[in-house]
Amino acid sequence: MRTKDLVTTAISNTFRSKLRTTLTVLAIFVGAFTLTLTNAVGAGVSQYVDAQVGALGSPDVFIITQASDATAAGDGPVEYDASSSASVSSNQGPPGTTTKALTDTDLATIGDTAGIESVDPIRSVQPDYIEYDSGIPYEFSINATSAVTTADLTAGAQLDGGASEAQLVLPDTFVTPLGFASADDAVGASVSIGITDILGETHVVDATVVGVSLESLLAAGAGANDALIAELADAQSGGIDTAVTSYGVAVAHFDTALSADAVTALKADLATAGYTASTIEDQLGAVQTVINGIVGVLNAFAVIALIAAAFGIINTLLMSVQERTREIGLMKAMGMSGGKVYTLFSLEAIVIGFLGSAIGAGVAIALGSALSAVLSQGLLAGLPGLNILVFEPASVAFVIGLVMLIAFLSGTLPAQRAAKQNPIESLRYE
Amino acid sequence: MDSEWVIDAQGLEKSYGSGASRFDALKGVSVQIAPGETVAIVGKSGSGKSTLMHLLALLDEPDRGTLQVAGNDAKSLSKRAVNELRNKEFGFVFQQFFLTPNVSVLDNVILPLKIAGTGGKERRRRGMEVLEQLELADKAGNKATTLSGGQKQRVVIGRALVNAPRVIFADEPTGNLDTATGAVVEDILFDLNRSQGITLVIVTHDEELAARCDRQIYIRDGLVVSRTASTHTGAHALSTADALTAGGAA
Repeated sequence: MRTKDLVTTAISNTFRSKLRTTLTVLAIFVGAFTLTLTNAVGAGVSQYVDAQVGALGSPDVFIITQASDATAAGDGPVEYDASSSASVSSNQGPPGTTTKALTDTDLATIGDTAGIESVDPIRSVQPDYIEYDSGIPYEFSINATSAVTTADLTAGAQLDGGASEAQLVLPDTFVTPLGFASADDAVGASVSIGITDILGETHVVDATVVGVSLESLLAAGAGANDALIAELADAQSGGIDTAVTSYGVAVAHFDTALSADAVTALKADLATAGYTASTIEDQLGAVQTVINGIVGVLNAFAVIALIAAAFGIINTLLMSVQERTREIGLMKAMGMSGGKVYTLFSLEAIVIGFLGSAIGAGVAIALGSALSAVLSQGLLAGLPGLNILVFEPASVAFVIGLVMLIAFLSGTLPAQRAAKQNPIESLRYE
Repeated sequence: MDSEWVIDAQGLEKSYGSGASRFDALKGVSVQIAPGETVAIVGKSGSGKSTLMHLLALLDEPDRGTLQVAGNDAKSLSKRAVNELRNKEFGFVFQQFFLTPNVSVLDNVILPLKIAGTGGKERRRRGMEVLEQLELADKAGNKATTLSGGQKQRVVIGRALVNAPRVIFADEPTGNLDTATGAVVEDILFDLNRSQGITLVIVTHDEELAARCDRQIYIRDGLVVSRTASTHTGAHALSTADALTAGGAA
């Protein structure tokens, strides 16, 4: 029998017992539908997280603090040491956490570590408001690490760290209140930022909007380049040299060519030197682990549904083999080899699997896309940029392939039974 | 290969089961069938006639004895060669039709060609040719289940005929039909023998059908016996003689 004939025969045999096939296909449908959706949720959420990671920082960046000196209970108070005991508030860890400050010496040490290309302290500035064209001023904050981050832009361009011009990436929620017609309209505009110095005097700094970003879940505030932050910091200090040479956090760039192992080694080097270095991935690792865990559990449920469906396939095909005993016997009597009979029944299983998975995936994509659109307008409107369901062609194809494989495996037992049938036994009269 | 016999079986033995439940279906049967011959294998149920046919048709292997089919020693043939031989040289007609329901008459008829791997166009051509010959061309597209008994058996004959076999094995071909349709089916089979020289091996317990064949092989308790040992009355023999003339006239 030719392969083409085997396939067409298998397809037409599948439709011979319509009700039975439909029910089996339905069982597979449920599994494939669920698996496609859970995969899509996983893809959607990790895509969103990736965008958020981008908002937090580049992949070639360490966020460095002094190693935590939290003393273990029972060690007693630590003796004061003027050279190292200055603490600063830090955004690493729970609110209110303080870490030992990094001094210029520390920065030099870090900078000298092999593998680190540059190190910059993070200077935080607290602007009061932002206004455009002498309109209504709005309260405003700047993300201290924005100079090293990649914003999730809706318009314009990323900040240029090397530019001498003061640049700003505006959160898109500010676009309309400030009086811009659209995000594109805001790009290139000059806005004024008000900031109060340590003596209580208000200064105004002008900055150019170079981009508009989506609000990020993990990094609040506008983005400012080094030039703007320096200008604001100068304004904030009120012209007085506060001689603050201690910083809570520093940002270090390392060689992007480093392998994961080398990065780990570099971290260890810094740890021996007494610094805690963490990449953005480290900081988000926990979040991603949780998300992957949830998606994994959902996938497991879908696979359980598929295993249940697999028994459905076995049952259906066994019934089919039973029902078609005569037909199989006849085909074997007429010279069809056991191997071809096996192939025929395996193909029938695969056809059932394909039908169930293709319909399941198709319906999942149709329903999921509609649902995703509705959710992003409603329930999930607070998380701009989040498409809860992302259907990647590769993962949909993987689901269909997986279900067809499961179907093939389920078909082995019935197909073997059919292949082994003795034509005489099968054709014996009752 | 040239051979005097299309089938040459010597001392076939076959038994089923073992120990106390052992049943010797055949106890040493020798049968020779010449090309173009019509042979009836006659016997009661349980006599071993169906087993003999299964062995001759290479559907089963004998425990002992030799079997030559078209010059080939059956034992020396590979499984694949046996399958091919059955597919190309043999046609089968069974008491029960074994037609695939919900599949068209044409598709049922061309099944052996499909198994042989013949192309779709050629299959259709051969199938229609056979159906025309059996006056079923107008039913080609019908589902097999919609046909009457006689029509179904004609489809079965079409299926046996479609691969232009050398031998047609018919196991109780009329067992499931009323006398009139049975006679029509018999006529078709004998006509095929005459016009195309196809060897007929008919397994039956019907004396009248057996009498229409060139030769009868009587099987009883797994052995070939003479005709008188199998039949009981002269009247029966007379009626078969009548049938013979009637068959010749048909």
